[in-house]
Amino acid sequence: MTMMKYVDEFRDPTLISTVAAEIKRSVDPGRHYRIMEVCGGHTHAIYRFGLRDVLPENVELVHGPGCPVCVLPTGRVDDGLAIAAQPGVVLTCFGDMMRVPGTKGTPLEFKARGADIRMVYSPLDALKLAREHPELHVCFFAIGFETTAPSTALTLLRARELGLRNFSVFCNHVTIVPAIRAILDSPDMRLDGFVGPGHVSTITGCRPYEFIARHYGKPVAVAGFEPLDLLEAILMVVRQIRAGEAKVENQYRRIVPWDGNPGALRALATVFELRPYFEWRGLGFISQSALKLKDAFAKWDAEVRFEVPGVRVTDPRAAQCGEILKGVLKPPQCKLFGKECNPEHPVGALMVSSEGACAAHYRYASFDHAGDRLGEEVEA
Amino acid sequence: MCLAIPGQVVELVPEQPALVKVDVAGVRRNVNVGLFEPGEIDLGDWVLIHVGFALSKVSETEARDQLRMLGALGEEELAMEEVRGYSFAADGERR
Amino acid sequence: MAAAAPPRPRVKFTDTQIEMSHGAGGKASRRLVEGLIAPAFANPVLATLSDAATFLLGGTRIATTADGYVVKPLRFPGGSIGELAVNGTVNDLAVSGARASALMASFILEAGLPADVLRAEVEAMAAAAARAGVPIVGGDTKVVEHGMCDGMYVATFGIGEVDERLTLDPRSVRAGDVVLLSGPIGDHGITILLARGELDLEADLQSDTRSVWPFVERLIATAPGGLRWMRDPTRGGVATALNELARDCGLGIVLREEDVPVRREVRGACEVLGLDPLHIANEGQVLAVVAAEDAERALGAFRSVAGGEGACFIGEVRAERGGSVVGVTRYGGTRAIDMLVGDPLPRIC
Repeated sequence: MTMMKYVDEFRDPTLISTVAAEIKRSVDPGRHYRIMEVCGGHTHAIYRFGLRDVLPENVELVHGPGCPVCVLPTGRVDDGLAIAAQPGVVLTCFGDMMRVPGTKGTPLEFKARGADIRMVYSPLDALKLAREHPELHVCFFAIGFETTAPSTALTLLRARELGLRNFSVFCNHVTIVPAIRAILDSPDMRLDGFVGPGHVSTITGCRPYEFIARHYGKPVAVAGFEPLDLLEAILMVVRQIRAGEAKVENQYRRIVPWDGNPGALRALATVFELRPYFEWRGLGFISQSALKLKDAFAKWDAEVRFEVPGVRVTDPRAAQCGEILKGVLKPPQCKLFGKECNPEHPVGALMVSSEGACAAHYRYASFDHAGDRLGEEVEA
Repeated sequence: MCLAIPGQVVELVPEQPALVKVDVAGVRRNVNVGLFEPGEIDLGDWVLIHVGFALSKVSETEARDQLRMLGALGEEELAMEEVRGYSFAADGERR
Repeated sequence: MAAAAPPRPRVKFTDTQIEMSHGAGGKASRRLVEGLIAPAFANPVLATLSDAATFLLGGTRIATTADGYVVKPLRFPGGSIGELAVNGTVNDLAVSGARASALMASFILEAGLPADVLRAEVEAMAAAAARAGVPIVGGDTKVVEHGMCDGMYVATFGIGEVDERLTLDPRSVRAGDVVLLSGPIGDHGITILLARGELDLEADLQSDTRSVWPFVERLIATAPGGLRWMRDPTRGGVATALNELARDCGLGIVLREEDVPVRREVRGACEVLGLDPLHIANEGQVLAVVAAEDAERALGAFRSVAGGEGACFIGEVRAERGGSVVGVTRYGGTRAIDMLVGDPLPRIC
């Protein structure tokens, strides 16, 4: 394949083998290491690049809650679809959202039934649609962590600058630190270290994770998304554990500035404020963990402009997403995994998007059910 | 979360200072650089793009340093293997 | 003549409405066909569910195929709906080992479609048919009300005689056989995605639509005995085609990730959008499984055809993990390569 700069160098097979070998040399053979990669994008990369095959047996990667689609409560999906059902409204959302099930169907299914739901690559595309179609109201279903929130913020600032009246944002942005803290605080948590979210950190910088090292004594390495990045970060964590250290290291130095992106942080502070609490599917209510539009932006806040049902929809108790998120269980150990709960019919949060722990495992690492993987229900 | 990819700024858009044209392996898209100060992102710079926005500038120096350091890991180990190859056991046997 | 295909587990279709995913060529499409349509028509020829239906007609082995073309936009870099219709039909016959003898085309036209648009498509089809050496011998025309179809839809039928030297059957695939691909993947699907204009991406790319008969013809002439199976990886991509083979032959397929040819721009677009080239549609490629002893000659056959310079081996068949397709990297990483569910959607996460 042809060379992609700043990508292919970090997929070099020789270097990957070198770092993998160094990890093997650095681990204490008598010890089991549980390292959480927080970010769903990291989960996806780990499976896509087959990295578990090159790690030693005693290094276990626990997949964290950093999947904004997975942690979005079903009730919020229903709220977004209720907005789409309003006459004259176009609901725009990222491709990731199109197959997320609400109580009565996914956005794609609603679209098939006639709702005007359109996929966009950027919130600016939604803004453009609003400008070009003053007769429609364009609502943007915003999801994502701190990586994506500044883009929504800039879009809203632009909407305000233009005085656009037919544009709004249904804000479901969440922040990563409270989720990490919730995991660290849970009594059955058994984690030895963290691989920090590389792209969130381009915005927040690395300081927000210092509490993990200082108060909980766990090493953190903020990592990029190529195989070499993830392996180097794992090596950093393993070395810290061996040395009895706990600090935050920046593996993704070529892209993550230690202090983050000041322009982005300013935009976030101008447009958003923290909700007192927000429900995370699989983790429950977490305080100060999600963003809402400030009053100054009420004109563009979909929750102000539209009535949404706001109904809380709970997952079946049999779905063991919470335990999987904390590293207590592995995806195949959940009773519903691969049976009632699979990527085409997700029951719990972690099966909803391809970077959820269960969906990633099912898609990329399960060979036991080839027939199931063809998504067929078979008559006995 | 966070699918983002490095691309090179190949065109500035003079009438719209917040926009630049970025090239990723021959695929081009307009990217908003509003998260940076005016002039901070220049022609030829490499930026990380996500949902149509540039989030960060890529540092060539850091990238090279990282690759060099990781490459050295391999050489270190080769050197160590060589040394081990010449170790003498207690009974004087060369192994 | 191959015997009837091995019985498949009976699939249930329980969806309450038709969705876009049912047309994407992946798992949902298979469920629709195997769970709802095929059982209603049940017969041994249909049971094989290959690209073309093959059966004996007065002592001659005939292959027939039917296809529908609904692409939007109608015209795109490298081709148009008319060309796809001709090439796609010719290709379904080709990968069943048959040279197309005749095609038929039915047009479903939207009232209000400019006549020039139709004229351009008809001329494109004539040109493609001439290039492929096949006459379009008949068809039908219907017009529906404005808003009822996207300008025009084309449904085709093709017929040809299966080369008697061939026994194409998934059950003839053996561990040790190799997987051959005619050229770079993803060109068509990415071109269409970009041509829709919704993503504001530009690239110098075009559809790879072409007749693959020249490749097949050369392959048959070179190594008929060792040719086990062929497919043109259209909707659903190489991943879906190989998953279907793995399921049908019960063996495992190992794909060497770094060996799969992908054009730079296709890779770039896939990385930006979070798509997997293995799931993207192609309209001018052939996947072939050949016996190991014929592998080099088969590769030579593809490469000797104009447009086949990019042909290469991309993997092999193994006994382990039967029914699965596994991707392996040079550093030893592995992943299951899944069949597509619905249309590949760009993602931001």
